[in-house]
Amino acid sequence: MKYVDEFRDPEKAKILINEIEALAETLHSRWQRPIRIMEVCGGHTHSIFRYGIENLLPESIELIHGPGCPVCVLPMGRVDDCVQIAERPEVIFTTFGDAMRVPGSKKSLLEAKANGADVRMVYSPMDALSLARKNPDREVVFFGLGFETTMPSTALTILQAEAEGITNFSLFCNHITIIPTVKAVLDSPDMQLDGFLGPGHVSMVIGNDPYAFIATHYHKPVVVAGFEPLDILQSLWMVLKQLESDEAKIENQYSRIVPEGGNDVALQAIGKVFRLREFFEWRGLGSIDHSGVQLTDAYLAYDAETKFNVKSIAVADPKSCQCGEVLKGVIKPWDCKVFGKACTPETPMGALMVSSEGACAAYYQYGDLKKLNVRLEVEEEVAVA
Amino acid sequence: MCLGIPGKIVHIVDHELQLGMVDVGGIQREVNLSCVAEDDQKLESYLDEWVLVHVGFAMSVIDEDEAQATLGVLNELGEMQEELTAMREGAS
Amino acid sequence: MSEAHATAADTGTPESTRVRHGKLVSQVITLAHGGGGKAMRDLIDDVFISAFDNPALNTLEDQARFQLSDLARLGDRLALTTDSYVIDPVFFPGGDIGKLSICGTVNDLAVGGATPLYLTCGMIIEEGMPVETLRKIVASMASTARQAGVQIVTGDTKVVERGSCDKIFINTAGVGVIKQDYQLGAHLAQPGDVILVNGFLGDHGAAILNARGDMNLSSPVESDCAPLQGLIQAVLTAAPGTRFIRDATRGGIASVLNEIAQSSKVAIEIEESRTPLRKEVKGFCEILGLDPLYLANEGKIVVVVPEAEQDAALSAMRAHEFGEEATSIGQVLTGGVAGRVHMQTGFGGKRIVDMLVGEQLPRIC
Repeated sequence: MKYVDEFRDPEKAKILINEIEALAETLHSRWQRPIRIMEVCGGHTHSIFRYGIENLLPESIELIHGPGCPVCVLPMGRVDDCVQIAERPEVIFTTFGDAMRVPGSKKSLLEAKANGADVRMVYSPMDALSLARKNPDREVVFFGLGFETTMPSTALTILQAEAEGITNFSLFCNHITIIPTVKAVLDSPDMQLDGFLGPGHVSMVIGNDPYAFIATHYHKPVVVAGFEPLDILQSLWMVLKQLESDEAKIENQYSRIVPEGGNDVALQAIGKVFRLREFFEWRGLGSIDHSGVQLTDAYLAYDAETKFNVKSIAVADPKSCQCGEVLKGVIKPWDCKVFGKACTPETPMGALMVSSEGACAAYYQYGDLKKLNVRLEVEEEVAVA
Repeated sequence: MCLGIPGKIVHIVDHELQLGMVDVGGIQREVNLSCVAEDDQKLESYLDEWVLVHVGFAMSVIDEDEAQATLGVLNELGEMQEELTAMREGAS
Repeated sequence: MSEAHATAADTGTPESTRVRHGKLVSQVITLAHGGGGKAMRDLIDDVFISAFDNPALNTLEDQARFQLSDLARLGDRLALTTDSYVIDPVFFPGGDIGKLSICGTVNDLAVGGATPLYLTCGMIIEEGMPVETLRKIVASMASTARQAGVQIVTGDTKVVERGSCDKIFINTAGVGVIKQDYQLGAHLAQPGDVILVNGFLGDHGAAILNARGDMNLSSPVESDCAPLQGLIQAVLTAAPGTRFIRDATRGGIASVLNEIAQSSKVAIEIEESRTPLRKEVKGFCEILGLDPLYLANEGKIVVVVPEAEQDAALSAMRAHEFGEEATSIGQVLTGGVAGRVHMQTGFGGKRIVDMLVGEQLPRIC
């Protein structure tokens, strides 16, 4: 496939690995500690595991898998709200597939469906709107989630519903914004990061300027990265080059997709339909100011929270979960007390075990072979217990 | 986060709704083009363009020159490494 | 009602004297067709018996009867299996529930080294199904059974109220005979053995997911649903040292490989670049964020053979219509972590291939 296969070329990977090894050696001998780079986006985490990239990197490079999986960070209380809406008899509740398994405090959407709720998987919010068109006697609710990448599609769908005068369509909005979250990670006192891979698909919407503060205020390099394995290696190499020459700037590795200024049509649609929430709750990270959006007053008629009078009740994360520390790179997934024991992909407790993009689930399922023994030890402990 | 995949616009489905058919490796899907279509351009002018598709929306027109430039950097890097190796071997 | 097809009109009379002229008049299946009376007899005569037509079934006894001596000539062990088929949609590109219900059970027998011989057919039908639809399903079962060289010798039909089942559920059990020489088992893989597959992976899973239509994709991929007893016998003849064969149905090849690794207490390595995938299945997986290793197949087997017999097994497979794209995808390692499967990625990295947790859902974010 064009624009895919050429960015999965193992020969070119070797070239990059050579460069990365040389730079990592220099930095490691200079710092006498591992080089810690965070990929903010869950899509990157997924690619890193799917292509076995960690196994190609020198041990002195530690990848910290960041908070950018919107499915993972969905707090339990919001899932409970989804279930509550979905269980109304007049409602067809539409969602992306990967959100169906996220556990609420009582059940997931998959379980609500098993209990009779009309929950349907869709590929696009436009498909949800089509369902509303075809079922005028039902209330179709779309479970909007995702970062800035996904926001425009939801916004444009709301605008389309308005244009057609469709009134039996609404949005349960859980869209979140990446910048305040990265800032929260950077501000955390135990933060130990040297640089970032920036989220390529978010950037194609918002452009590269919003990351400038990471370079100017925090003096950390950011390279906006694509999602194919060569993109990730090349971006790591670019981060290392900045570190080696003691620079901190925003670079764009994914220039074939990401225009410097982002996408105007998309940004306008977002600006028209959404406004920032004062705060939004993240599973594993707690409440972060201005990190979520909701519909503006002009579009309240499309707000499922208003329409169905949802009384969001926050549900605390299980105390034993250490997702926050894993997200910030303070501990590794297998250092968490419940990893592989009480918390597995079958019975996830914490955010990071919920979706395959979560660092814990990725380690548990795809594993880094070097670290596999740790998991086996954990399993043995469980077996003995 | 944000699974996106390159696909080629193979025909225009609906001008008013700005829908086009996009092909990804032989699989086709109707995709909303409003984020990539410029107001003054006819939708037909986007035929055969490659776009990045996310949840049924084309979010960016893929820039072939930039893609080649990105790969070009790697080719140059490879050539440099080869030269270096050749020099080392020549020296020893 | 637990009667076999035979019992609806079971009077103990030999076939020659029983008058079989039941003609189904109604256009749709109703509860009456499962009620044990004339409607049911007509359904059985006109739809099932006429399609499945064979001596064992035609006697219309409560059970099919076989001569042990006939079976003993074919081998020294009986193989018995059962599987229930529920699929949405009932008709899909490349097959239908009828074809599936024969292939699945035939393949489950064949992968154990058995020659499949006889199948049963239990049906649960939702009232309201058009008789024509049922005829199509039954005709598909009959023609697939002929292709697979098996006979459907006894059966049972139930009709349930609307909403109590999704159109039609089929159960088929099967009996086959295993030849003296064949010893196959998931626990028999040894270091150095090679892992073969008989062609493109994931076609069935991709075809079904697409046929449901939720994702609004248009795809040319058809299910690979096929009876594999011929292919399997060819492999076993060409490579008598074959350790293990399994059809890679739900859970895909990843699940089969994990089972082998765990049962044989060995490590297995496969190579992504040698894993045969259609371009369209790749595209489908890219769009929906799925992993083709976990997609279901209905006409694909994983074969473990000693390295010395690899070429013979592959030639035998490639000579067969259902094995033209057969290839080796990996091997059983000497050493490594017992019970683990990993993949050498096309990109040069390595990753674990674990069992699937739950159903694979399209990953969009």
